[in-house]
Amino acid sequence: MTPHSIGRPGRRHVVVVGAGPAGLSAARAAAEAGARVTVLDASHATGGQYWRHAAGPHEQLTDEELRLQHGWDTYCVLDAAVRSHPAVELVTRAQVWAAERHDDGPRLHVLVGEPDDAGRVPLTFSPDAVVLATGAHDRTLPFPGWELPGVTTAGAAQALAKADGVAVGSRVLVAGAGPFLLPVAATLAAVGATVLGVHEASRAGALARGWLDRPWRLAGTSGKLLELAGYAAGHVRHRIPYRVGEAVVAAHGHGRVEAVTISRLDPTWAPIAGTERVVEVDAVCVSHGFTPRLELAVALGTAITTERFVDVDVRQRTSSPHVWAAGETTGIAGVDAALAEGWLAGHDAAGGAPDERRARTAVRRRAATHEVARRMAAAHGIPVQGAGSGPGWLRWLTDDTVVCRCEEVTAGRLRDTAAVTCSTDPVSVKLTSRAGLGICQGRMCSAAVTAILGAPGALESRPVAAPVRLGDLARAAGPSA
Amino acid sequence: MSRDDRVTITVDGVPVGGRAGQSIAGVLIGAGEQAWRTTSFASAARGVFCGIGVCFDCVVEVNGLADVRACLRRARDGDVVVRQHIAPPEVIP
Repeated sequence: MTPHSIGRPGRRHVVVVGAGPAGLSAARAAAEAGARVTVLDASHATGGQYWRHAAGPHEQLTDEELRLQHGWDTYCVLDAAVRSHPAVELVTRAQVWAAERHDDGPRLHVLVGEPDDAGRVPLTFSPDAVVLATGAHDRTLPFPGWELPGVTTAGAAQALAKADGVAVGSRVLVAGAGPFLLPVAATLAAVGATVLGVHEASRAGALARGWLDRPWRLAGTSGKLLELAGYAAGHVRHRIPYRVGEAVVAAHGHGRVEAVTISRLDPTWAPIAGTERVVEVDAVCVSHGFTPRLELAVALGTAITTERFVDVDVRQRTSSPHVWAAGETTGIAGVDAALAEGWLAGHDAAGGAPDERRARTAVRRRAATHEVARRMAAAHGIPVQGAGSGPGWLRWLTDDTVVCRCEEVTAGRLRDTAAVTCSTDPVSVKLTSRAGLGICQGRMCSAAVTAILGAPGALESRPVAAPVRLGDLARAAGPSA
Repeated sequence: MSRDDRVTITVDGVPVGGRAGQSIAGVLIGAGEQAWRTTSFASAARGVFCGIGVCFDCVVEVNGLADVRACLRRARDGDVVVRQHIAPPEVIP
């Protein structure tokens, strides 16, 4: 088929995938450095998950909606700069479903239209450079009952509040790990939910070691800390209890969540027997950090770090020529890092001068924000090893706990399959148990499956980056008109 | 289109109102629903889990097409939504 590329000779074409903070920042920098830029985003609006909102580009947020946003002015300036730049083409509702490496560079296959609709318009891009700013999604460790309606990720509660103006429940408990739980609780309170408490799995010791160690190193990241201080103030205002060293270890209910069991945890996140208590809820939001969206990076052959992020250098170049990456695909470091990384990626991908003053400023800002990322991992990271075998959180799983939500595979069946087939290889157990073979392609469960099997995880390669309908696949592959 | 505009969709034939710009999941949750899919194997109820299009737990049939993520699809006036239950294929011995 004919690649969708206009290509003026001598002018680099940069495709940015994702229009969140990193992608918008990259698009602006690339355009200002002289490139022709295409920005693709799967959503209806720009802003990504961080600036997710209901309004279209020409509408103003209401006061209530503005209270849910942080750095909204930054978004408006960035979004306007991208939309008004004559060298930028912005395509929303654009799902990149496959990426390929060719001798002359990367190729991206895209479907444009309403999400999951039939007959979306296929486009193919063969740019000089790709900037991957695909972000991350919530990672939730499984627990008994987590598949009940009313149990959501923290990100779901945030998205439904910001974009749809609805609360996931009226008596809501927030649990998991990480500073992100705080803004989610504040958001839920702002859209009218009663937030019963925020339960952070990490204990006070880990939090102090992560956040309070050598505070002078956090100089230059005051934005992030002010934002966290704002959430703390919100908590006081809404009187939301914040408890550390605790987790939701089970959800109960018939057809929907009606109650949860909360337990205190030891430092390995193993539940402490005798500390359980049951709380009635109609929704519970649980997240234990984030998983970067790596499908396109893997398909384009970029090196992945041991922490399973896209490996980038100081100019956000990946190991693969023609491919840059920025934002949460390269590490969870917050919006300031995403903006700085995006700028660097876009500037460099467009062929901008590396020693320019603005580039040096961006490198400094990036370094400062990465100190926040290191602390977040130290304070809130999921323990890898417990006292027995495997991490402590495995001890809250029962045999009938659903692990793979799509194929409804339980922890007991996973362990039995591993025992019967004498294999803990995740790929082998996946094929015999069907865990990870469902429609989400293992995105929700694969990390848990490898932890339960006690085997190192194989990096999931997904040739189709997002599920597509066979009819669209046939049309995209067929002869172009 | 302004966000004060209302949209009405039907869910299994029953009209459900929402605001323009809301996702189908947003309309359903706004109407007090938490579950709208039944799983193939355990026939268990499911609703929104990830909320951003990754988990596929919230899929519904929209205007005759199955497996549409309710958290991503914006509700349009007149959308015909059907709660989804796809039975596993029968095993013939």
